[in-house]
Amino acid sequence: MGIKISNDSFFERVDKGIKNDFMRQAVSSAQDRLEGRKSAITEEMGDWEDWRELSEEIRQHTLENLDYYLNQFAENVAKQGGHVHFAETPEEANEYITNVAKQKNAKKILKAKSMVSEEIGMNEALEKAGCEVIESDLGEWILQLDDHDPPSHIVVPALHKNKEQIRETFHVKRGYEDTAEPERLAKFAREQLRTEFMQADIGITGCNFAVAESGAISLVTNEGNARLATTIPKTTIAVMGMERIVPTWEELDVLVTMLCRSAVGQKLTSYITGLTPSPGGEGDGPEDFHVVIIDNGRSKILGTKYQSALQCIRCAACINVCPVYRHVGGHSYGSIYPGPIGAVLTPLLEGYDDHKELPYASSLCAACTDACPVKIPLHELLIEHRKDIVEKEKLGTFTEKVMMQGFGYGTSHPSFFKMGGKQVPFLMNIVAEGKDGGGIGPGPIKLWTEIRNLPNSKGDTFRKWFKKRKGGARDGNRDDQRER
Amino acid sequence: MKVSLFITCIGDVVYSSRVGRSVVEVLERAGCEVVFPEKQTCCGQPAFNSGYHKEAKKAAKHFIRTFEHAEAVVAPSGSCAGMVKEYPHLLVDEPSWHDRARKLADKTYEFTQFLVDVLNITDIGAYFPKRVTYHTSCHMTRIMKVTEPPVKLLENVEGITFDTLPYKEQCCGFGGTFSVKMLAISEQMVDDKVKHIVDTKAEVLVGSDLGCLMNIGGRLERLGIDVEVMHIAEVLNQRQETGESVGN
Repeated sequence: MGIKISNDSFFERVDKGIKNDFMRQAVSSAQDRLEGRKSAITEEMGDWEDWRELSEEIRQHTLENLDYYLNQFAENVAKQGGHVHFAETPEEANEYITNVAKQKNAKKILKAKSMVSEEIGMNEALEKAGCEVIESDLGEWILQLDDHDPPSHIVVPALHKNKEQIRETFHVKRGYEDTAEPERLAKFAREQLRTEFMQADIGITGCNFAVAESGAISLVTNEGNARLATTIPKTTIAVMGMERIVPTWEELDVLVTMLCRSAVGQKLTSYITGLTPSPGGEGDGPEDFHVVIIDNGRSKILGTKYQSALQCIRCAACINVCPVYRHVGGHSYGSIYPGPIGAVLTPLLEGYDDHKELPYASSLCAACTDACPVKIPLHELLIEHRKDIVEKEKLGTFTEKVMMQGFGYGTSHPSFFKMGGKQVPFLMNIVAEGKDGGGIGPGPIKLWTEIRNLPNSKGDTFRKWFKKRKGGARDGNRDDQRER
Repeated sequence: MKVSLFITCIGDVVYSSRVGRSVVEVLERAGCEVVFPEKQTCCGQPAFNSGYHKEAKKAAKHFIRTFEHAEAVVAPSGSCAGMVKEYPHLLVDEPSWHDRARKLADKTYEFTQFLVDVLNITDIGAYFPKRVTYHTSCHMTRIMKVTEPPVKLLENVEGITFDTLPYKEQCCGFGGTFSVKMLAISEQMVDDKVKHIVDTKAEVLVGSDLGCLMNIGGRLERLGIDVEVMHIAEVLNQRQETGESVGN
């Protein structure tokens, strides 16, 4: 699939999102549920701020020593008989993965949830190589059945669908005849997927965090599908973004705690798996174990002002509190990474060409920054993007540029600023009183008044009032109204 | 205490003197001397948030020059006061300016924060026998970290009925240029806010940020919903003797 999920323009996608009542109902109730559970469960942690600071520190330390920990991890995997492949591009990663599949003569590949596998378009590459790829995460499986509908959330990929829509997909694609009761839907999916698990030749997973000190990968799931995918097939391939690593189990403990609580409001998810290779079938792990570490633009972010974006542990807490996401849904972002983190990350990974609106799709309310368990200053990074868009990329509109230059001049020249100020009430009243015959006026005011009225600004500006008052009219300003 | 008032652009011209005079009168009742530095312009936030940092720096430096000798700077808007707190970061590459910015940021306050945290006043002797709800603005809460002061002040207003706004932490959809650049999204956000306000059955929506109030108030009016919108200073300036402030 790749990062980009739509060829529609940003505003077309937003329009579609806003008009999709089913999706909006599903998204707002999911946000309320997830956020409610999160706040309840973070309270019992004591000082949540201390935990956030510790987590931020762990992530920053790891990123600053990323090469060291990745090498340590790779060495430790190799020592245990596993294989690590560093892939700079999606093509390199897919080539390695399809080669493993060919060597194993694999027909059926069972996948656990992995955002980075979506990012590199792995399924398509494997299918091209003649393999059948089956998503085993329930949400991902629903989307796969529904003609590869893209994910709209990084933790709950089918968040935009309600149970009736899921029932319909099951009915059309798999002949399901039962009700839309979640338990029945889940039971059906379980039966269908169980058969697939037993026949799979290779299991592919993502990786929540690699543990450098022991060459292990960890997987955090609720459905148990990742554990099946790594135990039934003899071969396991884990794909991971290069930043998803911790030094030791001790840091993993902290981050998994933060991840589960922030993502789904659980103390721990049902399954937390630590996996190392077990060649010869001696231990519990897979006999043939491959880890593909993917760069795909990440190393270019290291050392820049955007580095903190790589602290992300993909919990989606920012998405779950975002008021913009609430109304437009995940697909409006046009990226597999939606919401505030998506608006920051997508242009970094793919450039501004297709994604230059994303940094503006935020009121900068900073709910995301407050929610982030590893303290990524998300709204500040959005402002940095805007700065790069206008200063480096020169993608700001001409009108905006002229207005802002005027602003810069006006705000540093008080008499000019005052003059501008005097014009505002005049202009506003023309629009407010409808003398323009419905919306002539400077751009922003015209747009503003499409959906809102302007306040009544009749009377003196404050500075005029204050001056008069000092002149003796301390509370005699009732004449203001008449004066204009 | 001598207070230098930063009235903000919206407070100066958009609401005419309606809000500003209440701010002045309440501060004076609290025993302050209010001065208004005539040379003040804008805090620079519109440029800063839009990525025009060169222009924002110009505004910031002018602001620093205008206000740096003040004893305390007070603004009737959490967002604009929050922008001043941003100056040290904006001017980080210019050491002398950075230092001046830091000193200024330390003595810049949002209006209710100043009353409660600096002057230790939670009851200003206001009387307002109406049912109100309060809009918690984002920058005041998340950037200024001011949450308690406005609520404390409102709770101590005689005769008032105060209802907490459902989803109070959710943005109203203003966001400066966001309100016009992303009009369709902003509309959905403000409509949600309006719905929650109507749910409280409040007669008056009170807030501490003029941008938010302009947005919510403008939408309420457009939809023909009869809820009055007031800045918190206007409520605090209502007294029993007259029943209304001199400004109304």
